[in-house]
Amino acid sequence: MTRSVIFGYCANPETLEGIAWLSCFLTTGKHMSFYVSFGTVLLLLAITAPTALLFGFGGASAARSRIAPLSWFGRGYIAVVRGVPDIAFFLFFVIALDQGFEWLRHQALCPDWDEPIRQGNDFVVCAAAKLPLSTADQWVHEVYGFFLAVLTFAIVFGAFAANVLFGAMRAVPHAQLETAAAYGMTPRQTFWRVLVPQMWVYALPGLSNLWMVLIKATPLLFLLGVEDIVFWARELGGSKTARFTDYPHGDWRMWYFLGLLVFYLAFTRVSEIVLDRLMKRLTRGQATAGGEAQRKAAA
Amino acid sequence: MSCWQTIADYGLRSLGYGERLLPRGDFTLCQQFTLIGSGMIWNIYFGVLALLAGFFLATALALGKASRVWLLRKASEWFIFVFRGSPLFIQFFFAYFLFVSLKSAVPALAPFTAAWLGALVVLFLNTAAYTGEIFYGALLSIPKGDTEAADAYGFSGWNKFRKITWPTMLRLAWPAYTNEAIFLFHATTLVFFSGFPALRQRGDALYYANYFADKTFNPFIPYPILAGYFILLTLAVIGVYGVVNARLNRHLPRNDRPKLKIRPKLIR
Repeated sequence: MTRSVIFGYCANPETLEGIAWLSCFLTTGKHMSFYVSFGTVLLLLAITAPTALLFGFGGASAARSRIAPLSWFGRGYIAVVRGVPDIAFFLFFVIALDQGFEWLRHQALCPDWDEPIRQGNDFVVCAAAKLPLSTADQWVHEVYGFFLAVLTFAIVFGAFAANVLFGAMRAVPHAQLETAAAYGMTPRQTFWRVLVPQMWVYALPGLSNLWMVLIKATPLLFLLGVEDIVFWARELGGSKTARFTDYPHGDWRMWYFLGLLVFYLAFTRVSEIVLDRLMKRLTRGQATAGGEAQRKAAA
Repeated sequence: MSCWQTIADYGLRSLGYGERLLPRGDFTLCQQFTLIGSGMIWNIYFGVLALLAGFFLATALALGKASRVWLLRKASEWFIFVFRGSPLFIQFFFAYFLFVSLKSAVPALAPFTAAWLGALVVLFLNTAAYTGEIFYGALLSIPKGDTEAADAYGFSGWNKFRKITWPTMLRLAWPAYTNEAIFLFHATTLVFFSGFPALRQRGDALYYANYFADKTFNPFIPYPILAGYFILLTLAVIGVYGVVNARLNRHLPRNDRPKLKIRPKLIR
């Protein structure tokens, strides 16, 4: 059996001890997958944060629309997600979105299908409408699962972001909007040129709080069926006997999760410091209590 | 089978009473309402006990963080940082595996590997940290005039804390603390998805909702039922906390009394 090993001395694990054993143990192929899954978490954050912001912007704009049904939709979106445990939404949306997509494809691809889709306790669509196709490679399944997870996160966090942005839009002094109207701007111009540029200062504290919450929600990826850090920590930490691995050990899951705990603590701490700096930069020269305090401190 | 029969069979299923097997086919709405409602017992149990115990530790933490003693201050700061800076989900996993390891060393600690005690401890410490931070913020924003007036009237030490500082701190912190309470009840749904096993399928509301969604492959019925139960629970929490809020503010002129504004931020 050939093994791909990073350190040459790892070829014979049975003879190793102490640090050398540990260095070999921590560079096995499975551990590499574990390290890569940290990248999965960062990727999720990198994609979800802007998408959720977009959803939030849409929701907030809808909520303050003058068209009643649109406004109800926006307000309803914000209210429902806030009243129910988030994890219920995660579990719900993953199945609901999957079935929704398959149903749409079913309608489009198999128009002459005559059996009902819900047969008792089964959800049956024609083979061509399956997502991903049953002939697809493993990686397609993984990418599709990750895509569903991102969409679910974006929907749930979009509602939180909508709530923050809706508040921020209302915090912009009303005189500003009235002045814009007095200068003859249309509602659309007022919205894009006066309201949107000014709302970010008011939104930043809420959005940075949301970012911290989003970081702390990433382990829920595990519940959505993605092979993330929680999955690998459970997998790698479980006790292994010499029959199945070259590196037998006892139940080390506690230590793996301690590692994850430290990772998250470091991540939130760094974010906190960066966001503090950003807030200081943005409040410079603003006519708010924070800006006033900065001005006095400098004088 | 009538709905009353179903309620008799499954009403206390989450505690292990009644029918042993969960329903397997031909799921009725009544069954889903009953079992998910039965699971709510656990959510209420975890939430109420963790909040009650957490309240006292949170007061201690807030005082510790505001303390002039270096050791107390640092200890409180670190406690709050660790529990607020990491996901509750990871805390559950870590605690569960920690308790499992401890069990092999000290058999007397075995109950901690069960959800009713182990998860309760984690929730208790977690809510204490979040609430401690809220109380600390409130402690710092007690109007200077209030404490000066207390000094002028000859209050000091325990008496001053008991009669002036503490009630004012609670009064200022109460709206935020209400949110924290709602938020904690929502967090109790994580328990059975994070290592702690649901022995003999005795789970919480989300556990049963997930069971039905898996079996029927139809998420559109059990999750809205769960959502309905949680909205009722949230309203009940707001009601109870509103009563306390009214009592804490009863000395203020009617127009100055702060209303409870509910802005839960859901994930921890």
